[in-house]
Amino acid sequence: MKHRALSIYAFAYLAFLYVPVLVLPVFSFNNSEFIAFPLSGFTTRWYAGLADDSAMLHALANSLKVATVTALLSTMLGLSAAKAVTHNRLKGAGAALGFISLPLFIPDIVLGISLLLLLGATGLPLSLAAVVLGHLLVCVPFALTVLIARFEGFDRNLEEASTDLGENGWMTFWRVTFPLMLPGIVASLLLTFITSFDEFLIAYFLSGTEATLPIYIWGQLRFPERLPMVLALGALILTASVGLVILAEYLRNLGAKKPMVGA
Amino acid sequence: MTVDRGRNLGRGYRLLAPTLAVMGLGLAAPLLLMAVTSLKSQNGISLTEGWTLAQYGAVLGRASYRSLFLRSVLISGAVTIVTVGLAYPIAYYVAFHARHKFIWLVALTIPFWTSYLLRVFAWKIILGFNGVINSALMRLHLIGQPLEFLLYNPFAVVVTLAHAWAAFAILPIYVSLEKIDRSLLEAAGDLGDSRLRRFLRVTLPLSMPGVIGAAILIFVPTTGDFVTPQLVGGTKGIMIANLIEAQFNGVGNWPLGAALSLVSMALVGVLAGLFVASARAATRAAR
Repeated sequence: MKHRALSIYAFAYLAFLYVPVLVLPVFSFNNSEFIAFPLSGFTTRWYAGLADDSAMLHALANSLKVATVTALLSTMLGLSAAKAVTHNRLKGAGAALGFISLPLFIPDIVLGISLLLLLGATGLPLSLAAVVLGHLLVCVPFALTVLIARFEGFDRNLEEASTDLGENGWMTFWRVTFPLMLPGIVASLLLTFITSFDEFLIAYFLSGTEATLPIYIWGQLRFPERLPMVLALGALILTASVGLVILAEYLRNLGAKKPMVGA
Repeated sequence: MTVDRGRNLGRGYRLLAPTLAVMGLGLAAPLLLMAVTSLKSQNGISLTEGWTLAQYGAVLGRASYRSLFLRSVLISGAVTIVTVGLAYPIAYYVAFHARHKFIWLVALTIPFWTSYLLRVFAWKIILGFNGVINSALMRLHLIGQPLEFLLYNPFAVVVTLAHAWAAFAILPIYVSLEKIDRSLLEAAGDLGDSRLRRFLRVTLPLSMPGVIGAAILIFVPTTGDFVTPQLVGGTKGIMIANLIEAQFNGVGNWPLGAALSLVSMALVGVLAGLFVASARAATRAAR
């Protein structure tokens, strides 16, 4: 009985999560400039309009650049820090972890503004590089959390065996550590990429004239006639992200099944 | 052996150094600068030479600012309670009763793979004058006029944020529920605890780390969100982040903005710390 109530609740909750998100594709195919019911026929013109929008394409390219660099850097930093705190009994490892995780306890707007002040004081320009630095603050703690969890289930003896058998540090990393960590690395890359790709509050203060995609979207929300196109963009982002998640899951399974020595 | 350990330690610190350097450059230095800036005052487009506590006087002294701080904390607190409260049963369902856990987890996270701004904006469409709810109710002839109280108030902010941050509640709570050793539950049942008692004395306390984590992951960032209040909050839903944002945009006042940022960061930090401490104490008492 209790069980059935929970199941009903679960489906109601799914509806709560999905209805607002489904608004995006529904209105992106609606043949009217006004985002209101009743719907007035099917069109693909909003999608066609997107392809000709050079400002949008430029912002998309910027976001892809920022998210790729952020994902790679934060996963590399997370990987080395996670290895340090799980494999070496370092004095002060707890304090270092606490410091690295600090951005999780600070509102993003404060991170963005403090970096804006730093740029102002040092005379450095607002730029995509500044956005990457800001995104690293939020992404490194995520990467670290994912990677530490993976390292904790990791048999240290495998690395030692590799060293004993005469492999140097780099070869041990590439042939033992890396394949074993691959699922964690993929998860970290995915999480940090999506976080950076969607980040608005920090980029808002740091991007200057080079808009990222969320900055572009924010600018468009002020113009009612641009909204259907923005919703089409949202529907496309949703589709692409779902595809990416499925791909990552596929790769993760592939990695998990691979015999680790032959990798 | 000792030599070997020393080498390992050195390698450990070298592995940690790049991350610490990036965080020092991106976090510690800017926050320090923010503290310095908050002790200045604006003079045209530059800052004055001397030091002053004037900004903190203004931040703590003005009643309008104080009420804005209070409202922000109340709204974020409500968002946290609503989000965690709604997410707990679903996490519980997936961890203990769902047959296809993985599919459920994917289904629950897919809505979060699109733009945050557009997820927030979607609620403007749902709650708006000609929105989903009003047009549905009008069509059903349940109302003659669109309801205007749905949008542009703190309620709309809470609903929107409870939706936007749901994944941050579902996943940590699910992980902590999933970790619970099922034999503990059986033992409690065998020893005669009722289902409710078993839940209150075993399941809930053991899942508290997930609940606490979720609460912090939601409370802290929502206090700094100026987008949602601006899109769906109206004048009564404005939060402290909107005031901070205004200081760095157009005719701004950077020292005042810096002081507002630091005070809100400290306030959020203290409240989060108090919450974690009291939640842990309550968990210990329940066991």
